[in-house]
Amino acid sequence: MNLVLSYAVVGLVLGCLYALTASGLVVTYTTSGIFNFAHGAIGMFMAFTYWQLAVGWHLPVPLALALVILVLAPLSGALIERLIVRPLYGASLGITLVVTLGLLLLLLGLADAIWPPVTTRQLPSVFPGQIRVFGVVVTVYELMVLVVSVAVAVGLRFLFTHTRVGITMRAVVDDRDLTARSGASPARTAQLSWALGASLAALAGILIAPLQYLDQFNLTLLVVTGYAAAVVGRLRSLPLTVAGALLLGLVQSYATGYLPTSLLSDIGPAIPMGLLFIALLVRRQERLAQARLTGQRTRRVLTLKPSLALAGAFIALSVVMSEILSPGNLLTYGQGIVLGVVMLSLVLLTGYGGQVSLCQMTLAGLGAFCMGKIAGGNSILGLAAAVALPAAIGGLLALVVLRLRGIYLALATLAFAYSMDYLFFNHFLGFGGILAVGRVLARSQRGFLVEVSVLFAALGVGVLALRRGPFGRRLAALNDSEAACASIGMNITAVKVTVFVVAAGIAGLGGALYGGWQGQVGPDDFQMLTSLILLLLVTLGGIDTVGGAFAAAIFYAFSPVIQRHIPISNFQLLAVGAGAIFLGRNPGGFAGQLTMLTDRLRSRARPVGLRDAQAAPSAAVPIEAEAGRPGAPGGEAARLVGSH
Amino acid sequence: MSAVTDTLSTPAERRAAIPALELMDLRVGYGRVEVLHDVTLVVPRGAVVALMGPNGAGKTTLLNVAAGLLPPTQGCVHVSGIHVNGVAPEVFSRAGVCSIPEGRGVFPNLTVRENLRVFSHGSRHPVGHIEAIAFEHFPKLAERRGQLAGTLSGGERQMLSMCRAFTSEPVILLLDEISMGLAPIIVGELYEKVGQLAASGIAILLVEQFAAAALGVADYAAIMRQGRIETLGEPADVVDSLSEAYLGRMSA
Repeated sequence: MNLVLSYAVVGLVLGCLYALTASGLVVTYTTSGIFNFAHGAIGMFMAFTYWQLAVGWHLPVPLALALVILVLAPLSGALIERLIVRPLYGASLGITLVVTLGLLLLLLGLADAIWPPVTTRQLPSVFPGQIRVFGVVVTVYELMVLVVSVAVAVGLRFLFTHTRVGITMRAVVDDRDLTARSGASPARTAQLSWALGASLAALAGILIAPLQYLDQFNLTLLVVTGYAAAVVGRLRSLPLTVAGALLLGLVQSYATGYLPTSLLSDIGPAIPMGLLFIALLVRRQERLAQARLTGQRTRRVLTLKPSLALAGAFIALSVVMSEILSPGNLLTYGQGIVLGVVMLSLVLLTGYGGQVSLCQMTLAGLGAFCMGKIAGGNSILGLAAAVALPAAIGGLLALVVLRLRGIYLALATLAFAYSMDYLFFNHFLGFGGILAVGRVLARSQRGFLVEVSVLFAALGVGVLALRRGPFGRRLAALNDSEAACASIGMNITAVKVTVFVVAAGIAGLGGALYGGWQGQVGPDDFQMLTSLILLLLVTLGGIDTVGGAFAAAIFYAFSPVIQRHIPISNFQLLAVGAGAIFLGRNPGGFAGQLTMLTDRLRSRARPVGLRDAQAAPSAAVPIEAEAGRPGAPGGEAARLVGSH
Repeated sequence: MSAVTDTLSTPAERRAAIPALELMDLRVGYGRVEVLHDVTLVVPRGAVVALMGPNGAGKTTLLNVAAGLLPPTQGCVHVSGIHVNGVAPEVFSRAGVCSIPEGRGVFPNLTVRENLRVFSHGSRHPVGHIEAIAFEHFPKLAERRGQLAGTLSGGERQMLSMCRAFTSEPVILLLDEISMGLAPIIVGELYEKVGQLAASGIAILLVEQFAAAALGVADYAAIMRQGRIETLGEPADVVDSLSEAYLGRMSA
């Protein structure tokens, strides 16, 4: 009996922590319409800041707490709103997703650089001691968490229903323009809510941290767990969110208590993500604007001849590279190319089809696993399996997440990737374990590089051909409007499942090649974080072009080289994060810039009327914004449109 | 300029001579498409101007520019003589513009009282007083005070959005098709309120398809077609060109 109660206390405390996190997330989402994937990272960063103040610089604990939660966190929240979020109000959902994911990476990279993970850090226990309640030992810390959470919940409820500033925050979500017409500043209101959200994130981060050592990645992800609770509350309702958080905490606590340890070490960390997955699937369907990761104007798709020519040029480049690069640089160059294959799958799935996936590296990992395990690790049979198994899994995944769109699809794939990290990779490969993976055909490093390059070029040409054909047109239509596709009788399910299957197959092949190139793979190679970096990289390159994947691959290949020449650590994380944030101002990515440049050169060649010239600088943006104006279906889009 | 100041001696008279709203040589476009071509329109203080014309003439665009939601590519917007180009829409509101958009002038997920609470941003009255004003003009809303605005009937919703005109005491009120989708009897009630607002000295620029209702309260009427103001005059003078604007020229 006592044991049951003890686990209930632990579960409640955990649930309260999740509730704190999730309510911060809900606050920013409902008031700015932007799902802040970096919420957890902000909490993590603030927990580290608190450690720095309290432990590093020996400030008194109450002062450090107040400084972080009441001053630094709100300030940084307001700053993030002003610099990063505000330009996003007219942007598509996909861009907001990439930008906040970029912020997550940037904060992770920064925290890693400022507080190198070479020493273990632990937060000072603010409230030592313990008391007995009904025969159950409760620490003062646990009691504090309960009290703080209840206070925050009550405070938020009061803020949103009884104060003008809180009601105005809700008004901004309903109708941004009307709030401005009423004389309140939507921008300042949203800024306030971001300050509040950051403060809540900091509070959650600091309270969660004592459960373990301070670790950038784990702390960020612990807070990510709160997403599940937020999804239970449909990202809107605070009471439901709190209920979801408590349930999550209790389930996790009882699982820890009653599952056999051998099983627990595998599935324990995956429980919250599994719940997130379930919450997403049973969630009532609501109308959502689609997440589009493409730039705002449709690009011409390369025709066969130029794409063949470029493919040839690329192979030639690789042949030359294989001759002139040092073995070290050759290794990173090849790594870029094999990951480029995985990125090609993202171009197809996310760029053309509009289906956001944060689990492509997981599928690649399955590919590598098949390649390594089947028929000695170097047979064509293994390669075939490396395509077939991920394709099958991708198809299954597609069927499961069929009706999810936008951030919900992103969250579901994230949950899948994170669960697979624990359920599959850590289990079958073991922590720090390795699996040798062989090669097919060419055995030498240089030979294999040429082989991989030929495959990349062929797949690039193939993906482009697919885009030009009838399937590609369906895919583009799906990306534009699912509702319109359904209304003309298109089989959406078939298109979605097909694109998931093909993309997963390509990703699996990429994984097998990755394994072959490295010679061996471990569980760390296919972490969710890598999927995230790849998605952001391709988006930076221009996700709706094969050229974007190529640019991303080259960047990935050479960032370790750049890293060697600069004193800042984590160059790749920081560059990708910062780049993704700037994408908010230039959604087309690198390839988009190129297209705009060539268009501008072309239009300079012919005379332009006076009126055209006046309208030209903002040409692309308002038309897009107009499509999402209030009155268009899907309140989401309407909410995101700001003044431009 | 000097001629005006010479003939108007008292400050009050001089202030009254400044129009409530001046739109000067406006060019406005969405992207590459220009929808208003060189539009000039002046709403004198205390006057009611009805803006009419077929769909797509640019009426709502013109109101959005006057509300500060859409920046003009060329031309000026003056609110009681103050140049307000390029400022945020909430600043327009504080300068004395009250704009009520077509059919969605309320926050659907907020209760009636919460709506009024947000409306209080543009008003100098305290919240309690705002509720009193609103419920005095629209007693029906008092019964619905705790209800979500999204669950109100169309007429009640329009009443709630009209409350803002009474509580914010603007210099210029912009009304976009308040009759949209409402029963004639409710349209009549609403126009009674528009008449009251006009009588209290608020200048009004209203867009309306319901010509009879609009011309009943208007001092002037302007007819827009294809992004230009084609006719401007007193209601009686524009009636003929109005049917022409909608139905085309009669060739007999």
